[in-house]
Amino acid sequence: MQRRVTFDSRLLPYLLLAPQVAVTLVFFIWPAANAIWQSVHLQDAFGIRSEFVWFENFTHVLGDPNYLDTLKTTVIFSVAVTVLAMGVALLLAVLADSKIKGASAYKTLLIWPYALAPAVAAVLWMFIFNPDIGSFGRALRALGFDWDYRLNGGQALLMVILAASWKQVSYNFIFFLAGLQAIPRSVMEAASIDGAGPVRRFWTITFPLLSPTTFFLLVVDMVYAFFETFGTIHALTQGGPGKATETLIFRVYQDGVVNNDLGGSSAQSVILMVIVIALTAVQFRFVERKVHYS
Amino acid sequence: MATVEIRNVRKSYGPVEAIKGIDIAIQDGEFLVLLGPSGCGKSTLLRMVAGLEGITGGEIAIGGRVVNHLDPKDRDIAMVFQNYALYPHMTVFDNMAYGLKIRGIPKAEIRARVDKAANILELGRFLDRRPSQLSGGQRQRVAMGRAIVREPAAFLFDEPLSNLDAKLRTQMRVEIKRLQDRLGITSLYVTHDQVEAMTLADRILVMNHGVAEQIGTPLEVYQRPASLFVAGFIGSPPMNVLDGRIDDRGEAVLLPGGQRLPLPRPRATDAGRPVKLGIRPEHMAVAADGFSIEIELVEALGADTVVYGRLPDGETLLVRMAGIPTVRERDRLTVAPQDGALHLFDAVTGRRME
Ligand SMILES: Nc1ncnc2c1ncn2[C@@H]1O[C@H](COP(=O)(O)OP(=O)(O)O)[C@@H](O)[C@H]1O
Ligand SMILES: [Mg+2]
Repeated sequence: MQRRVTFDSRLLPYLLLAPQVAVTLVFFIWPAANAIWQSVHLQDAFGIRSEFVWFENFTHVLGDPNYLDTLKTTVIFSVAVTVLAMGVALLLAVLADSKIKGASAYKTLLIWPYALAPAVAAVLWMFIFNPDIGSFGRALRALGFDWDYRLNGGQALLMVILAASWKQVSYNFIFFLAGLQAIPRSVMEAASIDGAGPVRRFWTITFPLLSPTTFFLLVVDMVYAFFETFGTIHALTQGGPGKATETLIFRVYQDGVVNNDLGGSSAQSVILMVIVIALTAVQFRFVERKVHYS
Repeated sequence: MATVEIRNVRKSYGPVEAIKGIDIAIQDGEFLVLLGPSGCGKSTLLRMVAGLEGITGGEIAIGGRVVNHLDPKDRDIAMVFQNYALYPHMTVFDNMAYGLKIRGIPKAEIRARVDKAANILELGRFLDRRPSQLSGGQRQRVAMGRAIVREPAAFLFDEPLSNLDAKLRTQMRVEIKRLQDRLGITSLYVTHDQVEAMTLADRILVMNHGVAEQIGTPLEVYQRPASLFVAGFIGSPPMNVLDGRIDDRGEAVLLPGGQRLPLPRPRATDAGRPVKLGIRPEHMAVAADGFSIEIELVEALGADTVVYGRLPDGETLLVRMAGIPTVRERDRLTVAPQDGALHLFDAVTGRRME
């Protein structure tokens, strides 16, 4: 059934759309256009004169071995965050789904981290992992483990991965749980009568039936790890030590805002834009073709 | 093939007792129907046999082996669910083959068994389809096929036909009957539909509020209902039930309207006792003497006619007559029970008085 909303006034629909359009124009289209314009220009140090330089900024960025290092860090970071956030969320969702009593309290608790601002969450992690004041950090040192993410790049990366995953677990959990609850109980019961134990049931029934959810979350989490973890990294490590936790999005900020290289930073933004457009396109294509089990 | 024994089985959900001690031994190859209204505990009992529900008390044995603590997969049973419970992401072939693959049966034999079942159920053309590409009736057949290929010790059916339309339901009912005759596998079949129960069952277990009201062949249950509940549940339209009292000599039932119905044999010990008197609508006939009714409604069903009459004291009395209607609404009519058509029940307990 299709419902049609009709308006008396011809103006009203446009009026209702206007705020959203304005927000999109001011905060997305205009900066994006700006970035594209700047990515093909070179500005002098005072930002007074600028010169059209074709793709020089891009060749410069892509030819920079530092940039490729950052790309590598980003890939490690994103894959780790995605796998960890999805794996943990799926495990928790399976546990919550099989548990009848107290499930709602459990669900509510698991959703909290999502509501937390990245900076606040980062402070929380600092209180855990800081080698001087963090409870876990101090415990590690007391056990003789040389824990200091401010000096050790690997440890720093591990910590931002944990912090970034933790925030995304809630979101994944909600979707996985909804996906699990959409699987009829009798289908699982039929499988157990057919002779499948819990592990086999999971891999041959649950997991395939969850695949549309899994794919959706895979793309969402990749986008999250690429683009939305700036706050977490900024608050925890500022991309350091060295460049150990510098991801592409962090580098855009670093080069553009801190180092004032607007052309290079804009070129990087444009590259990121292309990546996010590609990811979104993949997702839309898949969602369109998604198998509907009914 | 195997026997299924249910010994004093109970089930509680917290303080609520859903099954209050049921006993029945199902013979090898027997088709037992669990019949009762919604919520009486039929599914619960079946699911306890399947191992999907824990057993609070008592014992269940399949093929002589107590299965109380065995997983569903180790009980050698197959189940057909009300909503079919097919695997949505698998083809019809894979749906049927799933249980066989898990049990490590060789590929060639799986192929042979599935093909054979598909043949019996006329599913051959659909083996490569997904459940979503099938009609309700075809899905139902796949669910049956998945049970058949397993060649289990017992089949469990939980209202397998209730999601089908009336015509398909009749058709599948006949097919299940044929299959059962052909395969001879012990079956427990849950339904709330008395027609399914009467036509399919070797024996019926009539359930009410978690107890077995009666266990018997379809004809026993119809001819000698063990309680008022069974009397009311089996038969359509339902049995007439009137308040009465056995006279002081124990020779007849006296009704408030003044009628006196002689008992087939004297019951001196019950003299003066209040009773409930049951008479099936189809066992009433027009007579010179008996119940005088004013006809309120006439339902012409074609092959027969159901007459709703009102007794002088306001009670409703149903009469079922063969053929097309010969009476009209507002007519007066006198009807009487045929010989041997009286059922007496205890006025307090509702149990049948022999
Ligand atoms: N998981 C459960 N928790 C609590 N009560 C239940 C549960 N399953 C069934 N019951 C109760 O047990 C009774 C019997 O249910 P069920 O066996 O499904 O009835 P039927 O199949 O005859 O319609 C019902 O009163 C139902 O509310
Ligand atoms: Mg039921």
